[in-house]
Amino acid sequence: MRVIKLSKENLFPFLEVISEKTGLWAPVRKPNSGHVFKEIDDFAQIDLDYTRTILPPKKIFLPPSFNMFKASKNNYEEDFSHVSPKILFGIHPCDIHGLLIMDRFYSYVFDDPYYSKARDNTLILGHSCWPDENCLCKSTNTHIVEEGYDLFFTDLKDSYLVWIGSSKGDDLIRVKAELFDENIAEKDIQNFIQWREERDEAFQTEINFSAMPDLMELKYNDTLWEKLGDACLACGSCTNVCPTCNCYNVHDKPALGEDSSQIVRCWDACTLENYSEVAGGENFRKKRSDRLKLWYTHKLQAYISKYGKPSCVGCGRCIATCPVDINVKTVAHTLDGDKVDSFWNRFHEEVRK
Amino acid sequence: MSVEKNELNPNNPFLPEPARIVRMYPLTDDVKFFQVRIADMEKALAFKYCVGQFAMLSVLGAGEAPFSISSTPSRPGLLEFCIRKAGTVTEALFKLKENDLIGIRGPYGNGFPVEKIKGKDVLIVMGGLGVAPLRSVLLYCLDNRDQFRRVILLHGAKKPSEMIFREEFLDLKQREDLECYLAVDEDDTKEWKENVGVVTTLFPKINDINPENTFSLVCGPPVMYKFVLKELVKLNIPKDQILMTLERRMKCGVGKCGHCAIDYIYTCLDGPVFTYWDIIHMRELI
Repeated sequence: MRVIKLSKENLFPFLEVISEKTGLWAPVRKPNSGHVFKEIDDFAQIDLDYTRTILPPKKIFLPPSFNMFKASKNNYEEDFSHVSPKILFGIHPCDIHGLLIMDRFYSYVFDDPYYSKARDNTLILGHSCWPDENCLCKSTNTHIVEEGYDLFFTDLKDSYLVWIGSSKGDDLIRVKAELFDENIAEKDIQNFIQWREERDEAFQTEINFSAMPDLMELKYNDTLWEKLGDACLACGSCTNVCPTCNCYNVHDKPALGEDSSQIVRCWDACTLENYSEVAGGENFRKKRSDRLKLWYTHKLQAYISKYGKPSCVGCGRCIATCPVDINVKTVAHTLDGDKVDSFWNRFHEEVRK
Repeated sequence: MSVEKNELNPNNPFLPEPARIVRMYPLTDDVKFFQVRIADMEKALAFKYCVGQFAMLSVLGAGEAPFSISSTPSRPGLLEFCIRKAGTVTEALFKLKENDLIGIRGPYGNGFPVEKIKGKDVLIVMGGLGVAPLRSVLLYCLDNRDQFRRVILLHGAKKPSEMIFREEFLDLKQREDLECYLAVDEDDTKEWKENVGVVTTLFPKINDINPENTFSLVCGPPVMYKFVLKELVKLNIPKDQILMTLERRMKCGVGKCGHCAIDYIYTCLDGPVFTYWDIIHMRELI
């Protein structure tokens, strides 16, 4: 892989020239709520000093709701209007790993063209980050990226080291090669090593993910799940904010007075009550605890058994989002035998009184 | 993962293919028989599936749902479905008429391992709408009768009027190469000449099972499995020769929407046919 250098004052000029004909998406601070990925019309909006966006970048590839088809009596017209050429700038390593998991999932056996077309039309320009107390990506080994991006910017205070990860990334550099410096000095390397050491030491939370498949198995009937079931609001927030949650629903939206319909695909969540309900009313997971078990089986067990790494990328969004403290951190720590003073433990005691 | 892809529309697996209802008629009060032909004749003839697979059927404005294919690949060209009115899509299907168009995608799922079953005894146990996927197997066995040894059929329904394909099955009793036993939980007609009782009461009627050489195929309402499995285990049929086909909610059929997830597998890709060992090995299957 080739690495080059970009001085900080050259970043916006570079973004400007590459986004002339292509929509640029980047993190923007939203007043009173947090950061979001948004299409940029003014570079001053870009705020790279962020830890995590509210929603992961999956929303850019498969929006929360979009049309799959415009259908009339015997004609289904494919609708790919959510697909357009985009540059996604400022995405962190955990989210790049999230996309790699999505890539594998959406191409497994059958290719999902609604995802793959959007993915093929998007350039990924990653950006380094600094962990807060909820970041778990060192435990999931997703704090570093070796693939899945076209360019990756490591922030070394005065300048960026720019990693070129693909042929398309190389094309982007060539658009304005004079902005970049091919020579990386010994001092830059030292800076990088120092940055990496300090960053790695900044993690405050650790999870032993490799122990999780066995612990999930052994504690499948543990009272832990009952406590979680009591407290869970079944709101689906954890799935909406998870970069590797992919479940969706499809429904027909008939046009009034016409013989036509839109086939709409929208995000679904396995924690919602009717998720596993079939026609006739049989519901295979009526209990909240059963639905949570499915979610945690997928995050902490299933993917590890299959691919040797968890489908959790350690972004910390479930920790930041769940109103009742049910998240990968508290659940994994409890499974691992730690005494966790969590909302749901206290809530359960209250309920049982 | 045993899915063999045979897509109608390889560029977009979600794109329904227009299909025409050739025949439809009621089987019971709430179950109808649908015979369907893919409108594009070339695609209709190229449509290859195996017994136990399913298809997604759609009605414009109502949506899409998974249905077991009840016909046999040994009779190509037409696809058959036994459909119970139970939700939005099935209600819309029931309102259609012969010659109307619907959408179809598929075939999906692993299906029954027919090659492994060939040369063996086949014990089919079905209850209620469990006939939908197992009729495909039964017809396949009868069409290729010399490829299988004994073919035994145990079929249960609540009442005579609720027995799907009742007359067909009563006729099948005449065949000498098929051991066919029928039961109803309750005979409200007082004219039922077959067995009265749940489907497991038919087990004493079958003799000399050679368990090592028998494959048992089971489908029925969730409550039925527990009791039928007990009988099959009593007969010493190996756990991986007891096959079941399961129902789950599905929105895609191609392993994307997530609804049919069980443990780390998807019913639409790794199922809907599972062995008794799978059931013990993975939780939540039945």
